[in-house]
Amino acid sequence: MNVWADALIQGILLGGLYALFAAGLSLIFGIMRLVNLAHGDLIVLAAFVILTIAAWLGLDPFAAALAALPIMFMAGFALQHLLLNRTLGRDLLPPLLVTFGLSIIIENGLLELFSADSQRLRAGSIETASVSLGGGVAVGVIPLLTLASAIGVVLALNLVFYRTSLGRAFRATADDLEIAQLMGIDFSRIFSVAMGLAFIVVTIAALYLGMRANFDPTIGPERLLYAFEAVIVGGLGSFWGTLCGGIIIGVAQTIGAQLDPEWQILAGHLAFLVVLVLRPRGLFPRATD
Amino acid sequence: MALLQTCGLKAYYGDFQALYGIDTSLDAGETLAIIGANGAGKSTYLKAIAGLIRGPAESVWFEGRPIGAAPAAAIMRLGIALVPEGRRLFPSLTVEENLLVGRYGRSTAGPWSLAAIYTLFPALKARRNGASATLSGGEQQMAAIGRALISNPRVLLCDEISLGLAPIVVRDLYDALAHIKAAGTSVVLVEQDIVQATKVSDRIYCFQEGRLSLAGRPAELSRDQMHRAYFGS
Amino acid sequence: MPPAASAHYRIERKTPASYAAAGAACVLVAVLAAIPGFAGRNVVEELIFVYYMLALAQCWNLLAGYAGLVSIGQQAFVGLGGYLLFALTIIAGLDPLVAILLCGLIAAAFALPTALVVFRLRGAYFAIGTWVVAEVYRLGFAQFKRLGGGTGTSLGPEITNQVFGIEWIKSLFDVRTPAARDIISYWVALALAAATLVLVYLILRSRRGLALGAIRDSEDAAESVGVDYFRVKLGIYVITAVATGMIGALIYLQNARISPDAAFSVLNWTAYVIFIVVIGGIGTIEGPIVGTLVFYLMQRYLASFGAWYLIVLGALAIAVMLFAPKGLWGYAAGRYGLALFPIRRRLLVKNQD
Repeated sequence: MNVWADALIQGILLGGLYALFAAGLSLIFGIMRLVNLAHGDLIVLAAFVILTIAAWLGLDPFAAALAALPIMFMAGFALQHLLLNRTLGRDLLPPLLVTFGLSIIIENGLLELFSADSQRLRAGSIETASVSLGGGVAVGVIPLLTLASAIGVVLALNLVFYRTSLGRAFRATADDLEIAQLMGIDFSRIFSVAMGLAFIVVTIAALYLGMRANFDPTIGPERLLYAFEAVIVGGLGSFWGTLCGGIIIGVAQTIGAQLDPEWQILAGHLAFLVVLVLRPRGLFPRATD
Repeated sequence: MALLQTCGLKAYYGDFQALYGIDTSLDAGETLAIIGANGAGKSTYLKAIAGLIRGPAESVWFEGRPIGAAPAAAIMRLGIALVPEGRRLFPSLTVEENLLVGRYGRSTAGPWSLAAIYTLFPALKARRNGASATLSGGEQQMAAIGRALISNPRVLLCDEISLGLAPIVVRDLYDALAHIKAAGTSVVLVEQDIVQATKVSDRIYCFQEGRLSLAGRPAELSRDQMHRAYFGS
Repeated sequence: MPPAASAHYRIERKTPASYAAAGAACVLVAVLAAIPGFAGRNVVEELIFVYYMLALAQCWNLLAGYAGLVSIGQQAFVGLGGYLLFALTIIAGLDPLVAILLCGLIAAAFALPTALVVFRLRGAYFAIGTWVVAEVYRLGFAQFKRLGGGTGTSLGPEITNQVFGIEWIKSLFDVRTPAARDIISYWVALALAAATLVLVYLILRSRRGLALGAIRDSEDAAESVGVDYFRVKLGIYVITAVATGMIGALIYLQNARISPDAAFSVLNWTAYVIFIVVIGGIGTIEGPIVGTLVFYLMQRYLASFGAWYLIVLGALAIAVMLFAPKGLWGYAAGRYGLALFPIRRRLLVKNQD
């Protein structure tokens, strides 16, 4: 089997992980135009939460992640309600700098609590299980689950956004904050719910981050960059676009790694810059915006 | 007791004072018309009632409760809906979603349901799944009224619904207002067109540079009085 | 007579305090330049640190506080300057001081194409975009095997000890080579800090500076009065890249050891700098000076707490942003009407009689 085809398949699966990183970022930006610089660190934080729950209750990572979901939802709600809602306004700096400060606090807080050691979410035999696609290509079950979850998350987010009254309120608030209030929408509450939802997506992303590879408190910012690249490459405002953006970054990385292992990350960044130069609005921009 | 009252209502945009103590009163079932030239403070008055501009609680009273300090979302839930100037439909929502989002904060039972609004404005039903931006100006105004109406408010505030529309469309909209009034909703209309305003309203308030320049029932006011109150002398 | 006819309007930038400040600044620079004559090596080295952080802070302040270009990627130019210095001295065999000047020029050549890419992003996206670019620089320089690849390399004494003028310093101050090297770095750092400050001051006083204020307030409004905001922003971006590149070159001449992870560190060269500007007061020239002093004290007395120090720093930045968004200087200036660097225009109305 051709190594390039294999790299392509692995890249698509890796893209699933990046799409999970990106979906939460995309959700938050879509609703409140907030670019959360702590997003990557929040993913790492969620991975440590899952790790801790799994260790305390003796659960496997999936069950631990499930138990973490309500906790993380509330954490996201509280973060938005108590801190981030105060930063929103016409000025660009407060949300950027507050989330940047948050990123530093989370990273160093985790270092203080868990040390810089590498951690892993141990899931038993499923970690090494793989499925043969024929032609000598085998893909791991976990990477496959990652991509399936990414697709599931995108489907679920689309369902919430386009089929529920909450989703209508999200979109109305994003369109016109002033008029949304006239619909009885309490935007600070809507934003807090949105951040809670983003934290749920973050927790799902963290589950796969922790099962696929080692993690430590310092890897957050790099995940933020991948997530950001996926959002921009996909085009703002479309969750499917974000999924495609994640896959493009993932494929660029595995192809780059195939050329030279040292080029993996660089290739992803370069793919992003190329798209930015050629299609500044991303590959699948929404018509309005 | 009046349904909705303003008592010495003042409003500011930063350092600029737009309203200097406005006293108005609306009884249940009535239609008020607020007239005045551009910049007289009419829209500000509606925004202050709707909670988009907030002041002391005692400056606005609704059903015997002071609401002047309440946020817009809370006021809407009490039953005061605003049709904003310039329609301001949500561009990323379809026509029907624009109507449905109108009852997000308050879904009180009453005469106005999605079906009833489509009956009132049949043009909207045909375009229900279209993007709101594809509607004509008149249709957008209908959707904006429907969006406010669907929560079955006790008071409907309308900001210049005839602005920029053809006379025939304006007539349709005012016919619809008559239906709305007949269904029991109280209405406050901001209007630049004196003739239109006198036709539909039970009471008229004329604003001039942020102050009341005239108040009374249409039958009691002479055309001359209104012109003077409108343009100043 | 109506007041308009009898009144004289005069637009003033200077206040009496600012004349005094200008004089004091010249004296101050002279005194600071003389410090190596009587202070120990420790003091000199710490002051070098203060100067280059101040210079970096002024650059970031010009970018973010005035041009609205909130960059989280200025480490790109610090690292670029550092690596260029190593390349120009180790490979091209230039004198380090000449290399520092050249680093500024080459940084401009890098900044132009970089700007064309990152300027496609706006606001918060620009911020992360610059960060991505800095990562590309980091990963790119890690590929240079001549400069140590991913692990980095050192400047040998044959280079650092041959800095122009070092013999003269040795005899003038009667010191050994390492101390003489520090003194040269000290003067270069002081010159860079002072030059950055003067540069920012002059830019803000110029018509371009007015244009910057307009851009910060509203891009659309600025454009409607004929400000070509793209060119103004591009100019500011390139100028700060030049200054940042030269500062980076100096930092790594002083360090004499470079690695991609350190040279392109977002924490050292951007997060700390943002902290300085925010704590001191963004959008003022005085703010970064105040911020640098606060940061220096914290760094000196709290840095040993490691992660806790950074947590406190992050929390402090958040608190200032939320409760005193104009920073320490902005708060004090608003209260007492201070302005050491008069860039604001004051409209004075004076009656003729």
